[in-house]
Amino acid sequence: MEKKRPIKVLVAKPGLDGHDRGAKVVALGLRDEGMEVIYSGLRQTPEKIVQTAIQEDVDVIGLSCLSGAHNRLFPEITSRLKEKKMENVMVIAGGHIPEKDIAFLRENGISAVFGHGTPVKSIAEYIRQNIAFNL
Amino acid sequence: MGRLLEGSEIALAKLITLVENNPAGMTGVMPMIQHRLGKAFCIGLTGPPGAGKSSLASQVIKALRSAGAKVGVIAVDPTSPFTGGALLGDRVRMQDHYLDPGVFIRSMATRGSLGGLARATKDVIKLMDVFGFDYVLVETVGVGQTELDIMQTTDITVVVLVPEGGDGVQAMKAGLMEIGDIFVINKSDRPGADSMAVQLQGVLQMNPRYASAMPPVMLTQGTDGKGVAELVEAVRARQAILGDTDLEERRREKRNLEFEEILKWAVVEEWKGLAGSDEKLKDRLSEVVEGSKDPYTMLREIFPYGCIRPLTD
Repeated sequence: MEKKRPIKVLVAKPGLDGHDRGAKVVALGLRDEGMEVIYSGLRQTPEKIVQTAIQEDVDVIGLSCLSGAHNRLFPEITSRLKEKKMENVMVIAGGHIPEKDIAFLRENGISAVFGHGTPVKSIAEYIRQNIAFNL
Repeated sequence: MGRLLEGSEIALAKLITLVENNPAGMTGVMPMIQHRLGKAFCIGLTGPPGAGKSSLASQVIKALRSAGAKVGVIAVDPTSPFTGGALLGDRVRMQDHYLDPGVFIRSMATRGSLGGLARATKDVIKLMDVFGFDYVLVETVGVGQTELDIMQTTDITVVVLVPEGGDGVQAMKAGLMEIGDIFVINKSDRPGADSMAVQLQGVLQMNPRYASAMPPVMLTQGTDGKGVAELVEAVRARQAILGDTDLEERRREKRNLEFEEILKWAVVEEWKGLAGSDEKLKDRLSEVVEGSKDPYTMLREIFPYGCIRPLTD
């Protein structure tokens, strides 16, 4: 029987923008929701993010992108995860993501997109309700 | 298990998760790796928060890698006593190595352990050892003076300090200032580094623990790598001095302590399980909780004959 364990989340910033305030707010908020949050730093390539997710064996990846390159970067991350047979890792995203891009991202393996003003509590709630393992 | 030995990073990562979450499951794994242990040399890095342990670790990894060694890294950060959550941020300083196939970095949260490491740290070292790393680098949480589990965990301990760490009296205090095989004053470009090194050496010389061999006191800069080559050289020198005999002696002592730790953990876990389900035990416990019964009487009631039966065969 698997015991109750903390959810592990990787908060990562793909792409070249240097604004990580939002990512840090989410990281701290999820920490306060009882999760173990790994923050991997700015300007991560999709390859680095996936490699980190493998080594840390995370349940969730939270991506933050404010540069506008999300339609290219996010799907690259999900397809690399698939390549590594890690499609059971939940990928969620936030940042500057226009409404019209959300459907495309969802088709490409992003479970949910949380826009500006989303309370961190609702992100935590979403994670708990949709996570693949039993808490 | 087979995939771990074949070098699958995913298998290693999943097994680490298993030892972190469900140590009872390890009875299936540990017997299979026991006879393969002991090849990796394990280096501990400890010191106060913000001393630059992670940045220094990153530089040490770089130096070990350039000599062709494979390196496993365990970076421990604290779990919140209030929410059970944790922010694991040591990795940020080690970004240069994210894509290096010869480096595997795993962050761990302390999950209630108070000695500067996570409970499962020793088991994770074993898994990394069997995976084939030449060195396993363990970075503790930022410690104060008495979170000293690292000295019972790694083959050598490097204590990382900063010039602002205090005067000679601080260096005279027991605890952290006694456990180092090597002492490092990091951020040595800041004022006071040289005089701190002198004062520290003065105090270490008077400690009988170091009578046979003085631990080196070194100056480093984690940001640009100054002094790191010398540090790695000192680590190798210690490794050579320890040799196989002394190293085995150190490891023997550690195995004994490790067993005691697991024993304590197992007894407490069994207790928690029973106290959660058994009505009689619940009632008894509530007397202790309410303060009407002292804990020692309670103990005698649960274990009237002691809790461990002598082996009969």
